[in-house]
Parts: sequence; structure tokens; C-alpha cells
Amino acid sequence: MTIINNRYEFVLLFDVKNGNPNGDPDAGNMPRLDPETNQGLVTDVCLKRKIRNFVELTQADKPGYAIYMQEKAVLNNLNKKAYEAQDLKPVAKKLPLDADKAKALTQFMCNHFFDIRTFGAVMTTEINTGTVRGPIQMAFARSIDPVFPQEISITRMTVTNEKDAEKERTMGRKHIIPYGLYRAHGFVSAALAEKTGFTEQDLQILWDSLAQIFEHDHSAARGEMATQKLIVFKHADKLGNAPSHKLFDLIKIDRVNPDDIPPRSFSDYVVNINRADLPQAVEIIEII
Amino acid sequence: MAYGIKLHIWGDYACFTRPEMKVERVSYDVITPSAARGILDAIHWKPAIRWVIDKIHVLRPVRFESIRRNEVGSKISANKIKTAMRNQSTQDLYLVADDSKERQQRASTVLRNVAYIIEAHFELTDLASEEDNKGKHLDIFNRRARKGQCFQQPCMGVREFPAYFSLIEPEESLPESELTPEQLNRDLGWMLHDIDFANEMMPRFFKAELKSGVITVPDFYSDEVKA
Repeated sequence: MTIINNRYEFVLLFDVKNGNPNGDPDAGNMPRLDPETNQGLVTDVCLKRKIRNFVELTQADKPGYAIYMQEKAVLNNLNKKAYEAQDLKPVAKKLPLDADKAKALTQFMCNHFFDIRTFGAVMTTEINTGTVRGPIQMAFARSIDPVFPQEISITRMTVTNEKDAEKERTMGRKHIIPYGLYRAHGFVSAALAEKTGFTEQDLQILWDSLAQIFEHDHSAARGEMATQKLIVFKHADKLGNAPSHKLFDLIKIDRVNPDDIPPRSFSDYVVNINRADLPQAVEIIEII
Repeated sequence: MAYGIKLHIWGDYACFTRPEMKVERVSYDVITPSAARGILDAIHWKPAIRWVIDKIHVLRPVRFESIRRNEVGSKISANKIKTAMRNQSTQDLYLVADDSKERQQRASTVLRNVAYIIEAHFELTDLASEEDNKGKHLDIFNRRARKGQCFQQPCMGVREFPAYFSLIEPEESLPESELTPEQLNRDLGWMLHDIDFANEMMPRFFKAELKSGVITVPDFYSDEVKA
């Protein structure tokens, strides 16, 4: 497959209904908040975790799509890995210089692991095999409007220990956001893709994973989360044709009725794409 | 400086980690020369040139915020990769991210809403060939910075915090500083200048002082910079 030859930026809009998109370990697992603006936050690593899980789920049988940074739940299906033997022979036989050896190790990891090829990895232990910088860079997602986390008390009809049996039930807590629309920005560097071997096919899988990222991540804590929009800026050049901040500014998200009650669904928002000011040689692709 | 450039950079967050507090990261108050160099490298760099940071203008007040995340505690070992290559199987090659032994919750104290102007120039290195001249590299940098082109999106210390940039043309006036008069002058203490890669990765430090909103960065090998 061919390695990607264009720079991209993307804007991912996703929303949450009655759920907690990303808990803050510092705040007793309350949804993350920007303390100054009360906008909700979702970290880059939270979204990357979901991309890894999606690829693990959908590409499990394909060689070259293993996931290095796994979650416990997937340990069971480890026996899947098919393997291309011909990749290895030249490496195993010869005794190259140290730099080459290190390069071979890095290359091996990039060839076999989607997450290393995409997000990079640090492989600097006793033998320095270097650091792989991946072509995909994501920033924190931030909600358009302030969000208001609610604490919901719940009861459980059972108890854990026998000595508590007479208590009959225990209370627990859930933190939810009634509604929040989040905006995440991402960058795809073609120059770094060349170094890790990130292909057009990998890119397609990345877009698919962003489009379906929440469909396979349902849980009691998350509520209803969904990708609402995925807008991609494709530059004609490898190095890009316009500053990323100018492209991001082309996409404005407004309230349909700004004076109305707090937003409770995506239909309370309107997404405006300013195509008139789109720089030449940059193409907008609306994947969703 | 004939070959100087001025680049305006800004971002929502930044983390220029202090080396003495890097387990639970605490950022320096301002961008380090090393991070500023990395931003220029992300736009244009060749082995023939070396960026030298001259001045850093601080445009916005220093503010912090704390973010705690789940991180992993270990790195990929080369031996594990070798074994996998020998066995021709990736079966045992993975890291379990939510294993309690692997997982570490770490707080980062990061900067909020930053903007700087980097004043810099570059020098030719020993690897420069006949074809390399200063004008050529300067032109490439300026052209890329003007168009928003980059090798990779530059970042404010760590990659999750993208840095946005725009070139300040020689005749253009500088963006206005939002610092209050009492914030314009401040001793920032010892700060990392850069890592001396030629000398066993030795970090070198300098006394950073904000004077009228500007930090003047001493030459990397001068006496004011201590290893």
C-alpha cells in the first residue's frame, strides 16, 4: 500500500447525553472540566484509547494491525496474530551495525503494530531503539458550551459483605453530563507517516475509527455518546497549503437559538463551514 | 541580525516540563529555548543548519492548571522486540495499559493560554555542503511559515498541546503583550537552555530573566550557561 502523501487536519464533533465522557482521577471521577470556563474536556489519550480498541476489534485478524497498548479485556484473543515470515528473514540472519539493528527493531514494531505506526512509541530501554513519533497528533477535546456535571445517587439492592446484610442496600454515585457537544482537533503529518510507514489504508481505518469510535464503547458510565461530525481538511501538498489554525477557524459551531434553554441535543447546534474562505489547494471532506 | 526570523506562536495549553519535577510534570513558567528550537525544527530543519534562539517575548500572563491522567509506567524493551522477531510472533508483545502494576495516575501542572514571539537565527553546521547557503534555508523557512506549512504540527512542549504559528515579517509590528506592568520584569530562576547532544546529552541551564516582557537567551556555549 502507498504511504500517505498529503497533510491533513481534522475536526471531530462528538456529543454525550446523560453520561461521563472522561472522568477526572483528581476529582473523584467527575467529568473533566476547565476550571476557568466550565467547558468540559476529554484528553487526547482518552480518544486514542478508543481508536486502539476499535482497531483491535475490527482488524484483529489482519497482519500488521496488532495493538501494543492493550486493555486487559482483549488478552483472551491474543492467539490471533497471523504473521508474515518473509519480513523477518533478512533481519534475523545478518549482523548489521548497531544503528541498523536499532532501526530494524523500530521498523519491526512499526510494521506490525497499528498504534505504534499511528501514534508513535518510546522504545528507549537498555538498548536505545529510539522514539517513534507517529503522524497522528490529537489535542484535548473541549465542549462548545459550559457543561454542568450532575451527581446522581443510585442504590443497589444487594450488599457485598455478609456483616452488612441487615443494611439491605448500598448507595452509589454516578456523575453525568446532561448534554455536551465536544470538539476535538487532530493533525496528520505526511512527513512523519513516511518514517513510520503509515499508509492510505491506515488513514481510512483511522477515519472509520473516528466515525464509529463510540459505537463500540458503550458502558454504564458513558451514557449515549456519538460522533456527530468528522470534517477533514486535505492539503494538496505533503507539507500543507495553509496554517492549521486558519482552517480550524473556518468551522464555527453556533446555537440555533442562543437565548434558549441549555442545549440538550445536537439539533440545538448548527455547524457552519465557511467554504468561501477555504484556501486554494485545501479540500474539505465531510466524512460524517 | 541579518538572518534572523520572528515567529509568533500561541496555544491553549503548554507543558515545558521542569526536569526536577517530571514524574508529576510541572511546567516552567515560560517556553524554554529548547522547546522553541523544537518548534522551528518542526517547520524547517536540515542537518546542515542549527537554530539558535536569541529572544523570547512573553505575550500573555503566566497561568497554571492541573490535569491528571492515566499513564503507563514502562517503556518497550528492545529485548522483548528481539525475542518476538526471533520467534516470528507478536503474540507476547504487548503492554496491558490498565494493569495496576503498569498504570500510573499522574498529574501535570500545565500552562494555560500561552503566546510567545521567538526571535531566532540559524548557523550552518559541519554537515553543510557547497549547496547550502543561509539565504536558501532562510527562504525555505519563511515560505513555509508564511503558508502555514510544516513537517509536523509543532507543539507546546508535549504533542497533545499543538502550537499554532504565524511568521512576523521584518516590517510588521509585533503583537501586543497582555502582561501587566508588574508582570513585565521577573526573575524566572535557572531554566533549561537545551540538551548538549554532542556531549552525552548533557543538559545546560541559564538564569532566565524577564525584562520588559523579553527573555534574552545567552549563547549555548557561553559562560552564563552551566551544565
